[in-house]
Parts: sequence; C-alpha cells; structure tokens
Amino acid sequence: MIKKNFFFKGYRSIFTHDSPAIALTCCFIAIGALFKNLGFNIQESIFSTVLTYALPGSLVMAESMLIGASLLNIFLAVWIVNARLYPMAVSLFPLMMHKSQPKWKYYFSCHFIAISAWLIMKSNYKNIPKKHRIDYWIGIGSATVSVSVIGTFLGFSFSEHLNKDMMLGLAILNPVYFLCMMIGASKTTPVTLSVLFGTILGPIIYLLSPEWSILIAGIIGGTLAYLVGEHSVS
Amino acid sequence: MSANIVYAILVTSLATFLSRFLGALTSEGIKETSKLFKWFNCLAYATLAALIARTIIFPAGVLVDASYYSRSIVVFLSLFVFFISKKNFVYPTIFSAICMAIINNYI
Repeated sequence: MIKKNFFFKGYRSIFTHDSPAIALTCCFIAIGALFKNLGFNIQESIFSTVLTYALPGSLVMAESMLIGASLLNIFLAVWIVNARLYPMAVSLFPLMMHKSQPKWKYYFSCHFIAISAWLIMKSNYKNIPKKHRIDYWIGIGSATVSVSVIGTFLGFSFSEHLNKDMMLGLAILNPVYFLCMMIGASKTTPVTLSVLFGTILGPIIYLLSPEWSILIAGIIGGTLAYLVGEHSVS
Repeated sequence: MSANIVYAILVTSLATFLSRFLGALTSEGIKETSKLFKWFNCLAYATLAALIARTIIFPAGVLVDASYYSRSIVVFLSLFVFFISKKNFVYPTIFSAICMAIINNYI
C-alpha cells in the first residue's frame, strides 16, 4: 500500500518555512465566502473544494452559475481553464513512475495536481527515492487538500465578517505567492524563459482570445523556451 | 443539497479531473530524460506563468474591484520584499495582503 514514512514526509511539507499553507488557506477562505454568497451550504462548499481542488475552475463555476449558464457551458468553460493541468501532469508523473508501484496510485493521485502541490513536488523530488515518490506525492496532495478544506470552512463560517478590503487582501495573496514560487523555481534557462515568455504572452493573447489565452500562451511560450534551451545546450 | 448546485459541482470536478487523468495516462510512456518530457515541462511552466500574469492584469472575482495601478504597485512591492528577504515566500505573501488593503483604502 502506501509507505507511511514517505507519505508523512510529504504531508509535513505543508509546515515548512516556504510552505503554501498560508496562501492556500487565504484563497480558500475567499472561495468559501464566495460559495456562501452564491447560496451553497457548508456541505456543498466542502464537497466542491474536495472534488474540484482547483481555484480557477471553482471561480469559473461560480461565475457561470451567477449568469445562469447551462451544465454543458460550465463543463466546457472549466475544461478550457483547467486544461493547463494536462501539461502539468505530463511533466510530473514520469518523475514518479516506478514499475513496482500499482497504477491505481497514479490514477488516484492525479487529482492532487494543482500549482501548489506541483511546485512543492518539483522542488523536492530529487531528495526522495524514485520508488517512493508517489507516496510522498500522495502526502503532499493530502496536506494541500486538507488545508483547502479548512480554508473553505473558515471562509464559509466567517463570510459575514469579511469586508471588501479583507477579500481584496485575500485575493491578491495567491497570485503573489505563486509568482514568487515561479521565480524561485527558475533555476535553469528553459524554465526561466518559460516563466518569462508565459508572463509576457498570457496578458497579450488574452486581448485576442480570453478563453484560450492561457493555453495558447503556454504552448507558444513553452515551445520557444524549449527551443532556445535546446539550442543553448547544443 | 440543491440538485442544481450538486450537478454543477460534479460537472466542474469531471472537467477538472479529465485533464489530470489524461495527463497521468499519457505520461506512462514518457521518460524523464526524453525531449518530449522537457518540452512538456516548459509548457507547464509557461502555462502557469501565463495564468498568474492574467490573474493579476485581467483578474476575475473580487480582484476586479482593485484598480490596475494598485494591483501593479502591490505586485512590484511584494517582489521587492521577496528579493530583499532572500527569496522567502511567506513575507511577500503576507505583505501583499496588507499592502493591498492599505492602498485600496487610502490611495
């Protein structure tokens, strides 16, 4: 089954000095308050956080529900926004694949793919033996989901006490935290260029195609960064 | 639970899980030393960077209420804190929330 010591080592990553716990909790406090304003009850709010576990997707669902969009529209809008999870999964799972591990662990734990858990794993995988990386990953994912659930609960419970300024403060925390994490992760030429090109192209392409901007910027920026990286190596 | 909300949550989670599951499924045949893996790694970082930049410049949700200038000032000041604190992630994060509340109230 799951090797306990690697699972808990992953779980404890949420308590380190550079942990995403504060940023994640604050974001999900905002999401919890938003769910309450949308008419969700506490079970539905937590159900949504556990099952979706992706902030942009939850925001799109909330906005779509506000304008009365159909289920098909919600599905397509969320799928487009969260399509970024596909390259994230493909660039992470080969690092954890081991023939001695059962496949269900990979299929189950792909649910934990999100920026915070992904960046923690990318920073730490070299310190974990390949055979046990999947257990470590399940630990990280369980920890980040737990924090998200706590944040949702707090946000839902205290939504009446959150004024506009507090909500703004909570909302800016997430992009600032992830921006710092991305800059911190930029240690090689291809990754640094990918972050740079993505940052520049994302808002520019948004002006042309708001729905597809993230994917198009990711494909163009990432491919350019890869080609420059390969060229500099050769 | 209201049926509409439950259906919306299920549809959202299905749409989200689809990308994750397809990623896990197709990565089975990809070696971590291959060019394909390196390319996907660049795609993932560029996509995340694009998402973060878009969230700051063209936000959705509550952040729409803050002006473009206040968001930019907060991000630049937070990055300054990030670099002077020797790339600590927690200080700029907490600073950004306090700074945004102050700028939005008084400036």
